[in-house]
Amino acid sequence: MLITRKKFLQISAGSIAGIALSNLWLPKLLNASNAKNGKGRLPIIWFQSQACSGCPVSLINTEYPGIDEVLIEVITLEFNPVIMGAQGDLAMDIIERVIDEQAGQFILVVDGSIPIEEDGLYCTVGEIDGKPVTALEWIKKIGKSSMAIVAVGSCAAWGGIPAAPPNPTGAVPVSKVIKDKPIINIPGCPPHPDWMIGSIVHVLKYGVPELDSLGRPIIFFGPDKIVHDNCELRQYFDAGIFAKDFGETGCLYELGCKGPVAHCDVSTRGWNSQVNWCNRSGGPCIGCTEPFFPGGTGSGLYEKLPAAEVPGLAKINANANTIGIALGGAVAAGIGAHAAARIVATKYRQYKEEKTREKGTPYILKEKDNEEE
Amino acid sequence: MSKQTITVDPLTRIEGHLKIKVEVENGVVVNAFSSGEMFRGWEIILQDRSPIDAPPIVQRICGVCPMPHGIASVLALDDAFDVNPPENGLLIRNLLLAAEFVHSHILHFYHLAALDYVDITAILNYKGVDPKLNKIKDWVKADIDSGTKSAGAPFLPRYEGDYITNVDVNVQAIASYIKALEIRRKAHEMLAIFGGKVPHCQTLFAGGVSTNLTLDRIIAFQSRLAEIRNFVNNVYVPDVLAIASLFPNYFKIGKGVGNFLSYGGFPDSVESNNTGGNTFFSNGVYIAGNLQEFNPKLISEYVKFSKFSSGSNLYPQNGQTVPDAKKQGAYSWLKAPRYDNNVVEVGPLARAVVCYLKGQNLEFKNLIDSVLTKLNIDFSDLISTMGRHAARALELKLLVDKMDEWLDRLNPSKPVHNKFKIPKTSDGMGLTEAARGSLGHWISIDNWRIKNYQAVVPTTWNGGPRDDSGNLGPFEQALIGTPIADPKNPIEVGRVIRSFDPCLACAVHILGAKEENIELKVCLC
Repeated sequence: MLITRKKFLQISAGSIAGIALSNLWLPKLLNASNAKNGKGRLPIIWFQSQACSGCPVSLINTEYPGIDEVLIEVITLEFNPVIMGAQGDLAMDIIERVIDEQAGQFILVVDGSIPIEEDGLYCTVGEIDGKPVTALEWIKKIGKSSMAIVAVGSCAAWGGIPAAPPNPTGAVPVSKVIKDKPIINIPGCPPHPDWMIGSIVHVLKYGVPELDSLGRPIIFFGPDKIVHDNCELRQYFDAGIFAKDFGETGCLYELGCKGPVAHCDVSTRGWNSQVNWCNRSGGPCIGCTEPFFPGGTGSGLYEKLPAAEVPGLAKINANANTIGIALGGAVAAGIGAHAAARIVATKYRQYKEEKTREKGTPYILKEKDNEEE
Repeated sequence: MSKQTITVDPLTRIEGHLKIKVEVENGVVVNAFSSGEMFRGWEIILQDRSPIDAPPIVQRICGVCPMPHGIASVLALDDAFDVNPPENGLLIRNLLLAAEFVHSHILHFYHLAALDYVDITAILNYKGVDPKLNKIKDWVKADIDSGTKSAGAPFLPRYEGDYITNVDVNVQAIASYIKALEIRRKAHEMLAIFGGKVPHCQTLFAGGVSTNLTLDRIIAFQSRLAEIRNFVNNVYVPDVLAIASLFPNYFKIGKGVGNFLSYGGFPDSVESNNTGGNTFFSNGVYIAGNLQEFNPKLISEYVKFSKFSSGSNLYPQNGQTVPDAKKQGAYSWLKAPRYDNNVVEVGPLARAVVCYLKGQNLEFKNLIDSVLTKLNIDFSDLISTMGRHAARALELKLLVDKMDEWLDRLNPSKPVHNKFKIPKTSDGMGLTEAARGSLGHWISIDNWRIKNYQAVVPTTWNGGPRDDSGNLGPFEQALIGTPIADPKNPIEVGRVIRSFDPCLACAVHILGAKEENIELKVCLC
């Protein structure tokens, strides 16, 4: 689904990441494939803010191409604190040099959310004249000079766990700090290495990939990439066979699977050299690529998706068996389970927002069962 | 000669944000400050959530070492829910954690620490025929010839210093660096076979794991393990010992406090959970030359030099903390945990010392003895910068053998999970060993929800600042006495600190209590 430059222009004329494109920076993007260093590799500054390093660790799990191949042939990794040889001022000087000498020609990759409370002092990197410099200052400064920004991981893309209520440090995603640059969001906790490398190669070869309304490349997170739609356990769902406890065979819906509302292609791509993936391991999808992840207080990762009305069908989620039958019937009736999943997704978002607001009325998995006994 | 202050900020090739400041007099470090520079407030968001949300959320404290957090968390839940995993569940948890040790130790040595010793520019003198090495040689050479300032990025630039001069040793290490990328990826594949995906696995639950145990999974794991064991025995351990033997001075540098703590880990049966009974790593405390029994009640935390404005010297469960980003005199987001008021080091060296002196794992003791003989050093020399690397390599050698035993005991016809019920009110504790050292999680449940959650983390023990009495933390003590040959290229600082394998994301996180919005109960971290 690689898009052509013409197509890209058409898309760009609309909006990317919800930010209306300005003609001021559009030409720079079009020059993306020319804005390489001497060797045809894309220069990258990879900056970490409130991160756990899961994103770079996931990146080096790439199998084809291997990470050595990526470093030698695809990118020039000017700065990445986890693997770089330099440290201290020597490391920070690299940033200064790149933003000065390669302005508008490099990509800024960020993992981790950005704390803005307490003047950003919840995360500092390096000193200037003996005073700590905040991650917030660095990201603004580097971002200003960059060609485009890739926010990897759900923390950089949405705020992630640090930004979950009550958000003690005022953690925000990159898009809240930088408003005037194109931002590609590659969510996931962590993102699959293919998503990161695929997006970067796309920028290098064809320009910014087509993005959904949340700034995610549709080649990995598009509307045809609903986890539930492509799940290998889907047969159990359609047949109304549901695992009632962890380790049991069946669809994981009753155990709180977020597959019907999660956008990503792991159900067909597989994780870690395709040896496994989330639902195949019996661990229900927790929706880690979505802005609602990990939810507010009271919203369980293993909480069953809420009830949703689907036109022409019985009420979903009256009990799990009904859903299987109802959606099975929907397919038979030609309505399409996908439409149903979309409605569930919308309902779920509304539900999450309500739940997040109503602290103190949480849903607890199996609470009812416990009370009965 | 006057005192000179050197700041290394950021100290890279670790997990997270760390600043090290040292004062140097007559070419030797006389004072040191270790500062954690990032704070997220992790456990606060766990409050009011379902307890079973904890394992996936606490794993995300750290993307380099999520598994130990997941394991400590499910142990705490098992304890609180009064449920135990079936044997398959216990063994798969051990295998998941052990696979992470493989990934973490290999990543740490080759990709984080080795660049302090190995001269990667030696590749330019490579004369052999290995296609990968020649590709790297051509890459570096072409970059240098082109005059780009980014030549060899991200491995260059670097501090100048006394790197290895022997071309063969350097080239071998570079070849191992490349191979190690593949091996640690395969360690993650092993982890994903039983964990669904990694970083941040999907299958850890109270009462066991969710992985459907099938023969093909066991075979897929075993096949990778065989390859990894081959690498550990024939490449990793020999590489560590080869580099160590070229830097004998680092068996005298970075000795540090010399007190050690190990909670014990990798239980052989559910009866050994949290007790340090029949475990692969023994538990114990070594203070001032004496081995003692471990008692978690003797842990306390100090905050005089930490960026929190509340009470100090408190047992973690009773601790209260108000974060204060601008607190005068404070220089770290880490707290200063102490055991019975003693500064203690945790990690592979601590495990080696406790196991060696306790004598519970004779195989470990014999292996250490054979290496001491081979390197012609004393047991006391093991307590050092290089000793930490050696201890890490040796424990991995034994662990990959042990993994095969656990794999053999798996039975696909038996369950992996026992049912649990979330109690209305309960407390639980989970103690384990992470790659970087002793890790404990504590949970309090009220009204079927998490009321309070605490984690005591290895890098907080090792990387914390001074306590209220002014006693320096383990990182800081290890730096004292370190010679700095060139203040403009303080390569020695990174060598000492990286031998601990710091993980800052883990070390800095507080947990809150909801009674007061301002006052937040805090873990030891």
